[in-house]
Amino acid sequence: MEIPYTIQARPDTGLYNAKLGIWLFLASEVMLFGGLFSAYVLLRVGAPDGYWPHGWLNVTLGTVNTLILALSAITTLLAWVACKTGQFGRFKIFHACTLALALSFLCVKMYEYHDKWIHYEIQLTDGRIADGHLVSQNAQEVVIEGRYVSDEKDLYDLRAQKNIPRDEIKIERSLIKRMENYGPWHHTYLAIYFTLTGLHALHIFAGSLVIGYLWGPGSRMYRKNPEQFTNRVEVSGLFWHFVDLVWIFLFPVLYLT
Amino acid sequence: MSEAHPTDLKTQIRRCALVFLAIICTTSLMIYASFLPHYGWAAKVAMILAIAIVNAFIVAGFLMHLLSEKKMVYTVLGFTVIFFAGLMGLTVWATGDFPVGTVFH
Repeated sequence: MEIPYTIQARPDTGLYNAKLGIWLFLASEVMLFGGLFSAYVLLRVGAPDGYWPHGWLNVTLGTVNTLILALSAITTLLAWVACKTGQFGRFKIFHACTLALALSFLCVKMYEYHDKWIHYEIQLTDGRIADGHLVSQNAQEVVIEGRYVSDEKDLYDLRAQKNIPRDEIKIERSLIKRMENYGPWHHTYLAIYFTLTGLHALHIFAGSLVIGYLWGPGSRMYRKNPEQFTNRVEVSGLFWHFVDLVWIFLFPVLYLT
Repeated sequence: MSEAHPTDLKTQIRRCALVFLAIICTTSLMIYASFLPHYGWAAKVAMILAIAIVNAFIVAGFLMHLLSEKKMVYTVLGFTVIFFAGLMGLTVWATGDFPVGTVFH
């Protein structure tokens, strides 16, 4: 059975079917991320004054990831243009760049997740709080690189504090009342941060699989049916640009505000 | 990405370089705005989101070629905008609706 309108545009829609399909899919994706963004808004405005984090994320890493994703969106577009103009070799180069950039994005994201995973807030029996990155731990003591604070509020607005000390602190286990890392359970900000960026990273991963397929085994189609293959590249490119668009809003919302 | 035939690859690369430069500029502006000392949180958020919308327009308009798409795509996106605006509007409208007796922290 031949699938109709994989190359030619349908007269009633003016689009080939896959393109209409991807736009409808992207519309549903807007609502998916929209629901999570609205959850963020509710959590943000519902937080008591002084208890919403500022400066918990590394702006430099977020900026690097923004530029990596923007660059990958450009190489995706150029891969499609290369296909459209019959330059298959260039297509391969541009799509290889897209894949490399996507992997770089995920690596940076994993580094950021790891940084949060080893970051601990330790409440002590004397009322003080130790906050910092885990260096080592054993049955007797925990060693972190960080600082002591007496007021929990001091842990929230890191942007307002200059020269935060980072000393090696050894804490006896018997002095620890509660110890928790900066996972999604630590604060609603981290819960929505991991949900939003995790879902976004899943999209990056899925997009990379599709682009990887079109770059590798799927590219055989170019010899038999270059127009349909070019359309596939276009559709995957539209998805990739959408993923970039989502990050354009995630970055300022989570890292800057 | 429109149906229209793209011009040659070199022209596209030049155009993309300009788009990338614009994205760098808007991203830098966002970061700069977030560190402005004399503005309140709401003003900063408004400024940053306005710049983010410009950034998104650049990506959608030029990289996705949304500036020259078919009517059907605009129809789909029109409905999406309506539903998205409804979703966010209802959320913002409901932000003050905490049940009586809600305790914070």
